[in-house]
Amino acid sequence: MITTAPAPALADAGCTTAPVLRERGQREVFCGLTGIVWLHRKMPDAFFLVVGSRTCAHLLQSAAGVMIFAEPRFATAIIEERDLAGLADANEELDRVVRRLLARRPEIRTLFLVGSCPSEVIKLDLARAAHRLAGAFLPDVRIVNYSGSGIETTFTQGEDACLASLVPFMPQLPEGSAQQLLIVGALPDIVEDQLLRLVRDMGITNVACLPARSSRDLPAVGPNTRFLLAQPFLGDTALALEDRGAVHLPAAFPFGAEGTTDWLRAAANAFGIDEMHFRSVVAPGRERAKRALEHSRARLEGKTIFFLPDSQLELPLARFLHVELGMIPVEVGTPYLHRQHMAAELAQLPVGTVISEGQDVDKQLDRVRASKPDITVCGLGLANPLESEGFTTKWAIELVFSPIHGFDQAGDLAELFARPIRRRDVLRV
Amino acid sequence: MQLSVWTYEGPPHVGAMRVATGMTDVHYLLHAPQGDTYADLLFTMIERRGKRPPVTYTTFQARDLGTDTAELFQTAARDAVARYNPAALLVGSSCTAELIQDDPAGMAQAMRLPIPVIPLELPSYSRKENWGASETFYQIVRTLAVGDSSRPASRQAGSPRPKANLLGPSALGFRHRDDIVEIAKILAALGIEINVTAPMGASAADIARIADADFNIVMYPEIADTAARWLEKSFKQPFTKTIPIGHGATLDFIREVAGLAGVDAAPALDLAEARMPWWSRSVDSTYLTGKRVFIFGDATHAIAAARVARDELGFVVCGLGCYNREFARDIRAAAAEHGVEPLITDDHLEVEDAIAAAHPELVLGTQMERHIAKRLSVPCAVISAPVHVQDFPARHSPQMGFEGANVLFDSWVHPLVMGLEEHLLTMFRDDPEFHDGAGASHLAHGTTTNPPRTGEGDHPQDGGGEAGLRFPDDIAPERSPSVSADALPPPRTGEDLGDVAVLDVAARWTTEAEIELKKIPFFVRGKARRNTEAYAAERGLASITIDTLYEAKAHYAR
Repeated sequence: MITTAPAPALADAGCTTAPVLRERGQREVFCGLTGIVWLHRKMPDAFFLVVGSRTCAHLLQSAAGVMIFAEPRFATAIIEERDLAGLADANEELDRVVRRLLARRPEIRTLFLVGSCPSEVIKLDLARAAHRLAGAFLPDVRIVNYSGSGIETTFTQGEDACLASLVPFMPQLPEGSAQQLLIVGALPDIVEDQLLRLVRDMGITNVACLPARSSRDLPAVGPNTRFLLAQPFLGDTALALEDRGAVHLPAAFPFGAEGTTDWLRAAANAFGIDEMHFRSVVAPGRERAKRALEHSRARLEGKTIFFLPDSQLELPLARFLHVELGMIPVEVGTPYLHRQHMAAELAQLPVGTVISEGQDVDKQLDRVRASKPDITVCGLGLANPLESEGFTTKWAIELVFSPIHGFDQAGDLAELFARPIRRRDVLRV
Repeated sequence: MQLSVWTYEGPPHVGAMRVATGMTDVHYLLHAPQGDTYADLLFTMIERRGKRPPVTYTTFQARDLGTDTAELFQTAARDAVARYNPAALLVGSSCTAELIQDDPAGMAQAMRLPIPVIPLELPSYSRKENWGASETFYQIVRTLAVGDSSRPASRQAGSPRPKANLLGPSALGFRHRDDIVEIAKILAALGIEINVTAPMGASAADIARIADADFNIVMYPEIADTAARWLEKSFKQPFTKTIPIGHGATLDFIREVAGLAGVDAAPALDLAEARMPWWSRSVDSTYLTGKRVFIFGDATHAIAAARVARDELGFVVCGLGCYNREFARDIRAAAAEHGVEPLITDDHLEVEDAIAAAHPELVLGTQMERHIAKRLSVPCAVISAPVHVQDFPARHSPQMGFEGANVLFDSWVHPLVMGLEEHLLTMFRDDPEFHDGAGASHLAHGTTTNPPRTGEGDHPQDGGGEAGLRFPDDIAPERSPSVSADALPPPRTGEDLGDVAVLDVAARWTTEAEIELKKIPFFVRGKARRNTEAYAAERGLASITIDTLYEAKAHYAR
């Protein structure tokens, strides 16, 4: 009764060998600091202290909106003129700020010292500061360092840098222990629970998540670890896990009925799950997802879509919209293209799609205007200006903050794209 | 280093963006790392502009650091000039570029671009947004203004009417759009022509003829003061000192402007739309008398609001402060006049402490004070930037002029319980429509959709939906836990409030006194409790009885 698509032949399929348009110029993207806005919700016992400028504080405030007022677990240690006078002084100042912060917030178990452009340009050694402060605060507080600077990271890469910084702290999986499945990438709790239920129903019982909901409850890792990436922007984290012996399971990312099935199938294959059992486990969710997608199909089928680079979610989302809703991707821009992790996505994009990496925003906007897409996915700095030129847009940041993975979010994900088109059609002003 | 969660002002280059975005044909080349484009969305989302701000970012990355960034800068400059064809180019650094050794001014000047290049020195580690806007506007005026500085500006031949410039309105300014309309109305009534409005809506050519005006109207000193002083020195243009926010200030402003222009003030003094004075004298406003109001914002709006509060609404100013140190002296003078301690700080926790200690009945402030007031269950209205998207309204909503005074009356009085309603709440407090949990009908977070609030320890639910950005439920703002009436803890921890609110409460409430206290309307109950406890503590009373409660009430009566 259930027909799963045969595993796509990756070589020479779709856009696998398509040339990539690489551009450099003005990039209209967030820096990695923005990742803090969702990461701190996932790890309620962690605090994120950015060491940066007033600009960094202003960015977090602008991105976090109203959350700023609810005793958030992030802040900025703003570098001032006198800190720039000499490095020794800056280190002492940082220690003072951290001590004051931890005295105020005794419930914090992990403190992330997050590097920014200014702290990196003045070469303030936050790794050493983390080490120095760890001596004073362990075991109560673990102090970890990563960079969320714009010169190093784009938007979601902040999560990658954060998770990669946690990998050295993961305990060693004992030798000879049973094969373990690790799901990597911060997901909304409800989505994580759905995926864990499916994996366990398949018969995989030794399963853990990174990040864990408690920052100190890190899962073990070792040569018997098999990991699935839930998010496409985790290149460094994957490398760090592989350095500890873990093995990556290649798969499409879990968006839509097909993507989620493919993702789960990668785990099933690695753990020797019987095909009939696998199908029976995924069938109900898969069918629900397909039914939910039907609501948006009429509005989206045959429509063209243009992705500007933002989060690295662009390729998997374009694949989902093309394969499951019949949309036609014109150009799919990504801030960074990891060919290996994107193999399954590239293979399923239609031949002729422009794949671009990096950005020269003015030239890219010229291409948007020339190709007149039905919907353009872009950041909030561009959305209203494009709307006023007559383009229908979907602002990209919502795709990072909303639950969109897995079977039961497939309909919501399609709706995120269908809604701007429906609104364009209903308005009479 | 300064530990900061919330900042009242952005970095100075955001101020420069506000000036550039306000103008029509100026482009800003900002040497900045990837990510600083976040500031674009302040303009496209909060102010809802349909155009991208005229800013090109060089977007350097780690791999570019070294000699490469200079080339990146020059390429970006060439591309920006070719694509946008601006009449003038602003060049400057963001905070990170300030730390690397490139010299945007030198690099741009070496390129011999066919347009004026205006270099901006904006020290990001010591200055902030308003200073950046002010400095940028000053540099633009200084570079582009043309005129004979040796003689006073004289009325143009062939133009019988006096001319004035409107200085200060910018992009992302609180109600700047509508204030311009109100000032224009006044000038029209006085027969004064507007020469240039800048930076908002001005082109480089407009700035070039700024010296043609007879005098300047400084609408927002935070942005226009430096430029106005330079224009006074260079072209002998006097400028106005009165900020026309409030009815009385508007009258003073009209007289000042008429004096500078040498025209009769009368035609503008009696505009029919001035409803505020009568509204304030009408009997329903009697209950406003002596309401304690705490005022915080930028210095200009805060000082103007204090005058309106005292002279035109009959409030008592119980706190006055600003976050922009550049105008600290003005705030100190105004605070002395109102007999309060000036509060000059950019630390919102200090503001919160001061508000909690002052026990105001109304807070006038920025978006931040709105949230503080919500936590403390005190009514609040917004009078100053920074503000969220809802304070860039579609409707006409000025702060200046006579219509501005009307707007102030409505927006400050609405959050208060109206006179009749207050009376009814007291009379019928045990009726189902008027129980404590019902709150005032216009306090959105105090409506019956929330669990009834039965004690002053309760926190109002921190509503979402006010963010510049929207978030789905799973990452919605953390909500304060509802506290049961039995627990009645103090609203904030001692540490949060500072020492001011931590009273040594030796005296215990008797059951009867506690019951009596609960009969007092919830919006003044907190103050009654604190006053009574302070009264008991001062006198070393071991227990608080009904008598103590009323003794204290008599003691603190005003």
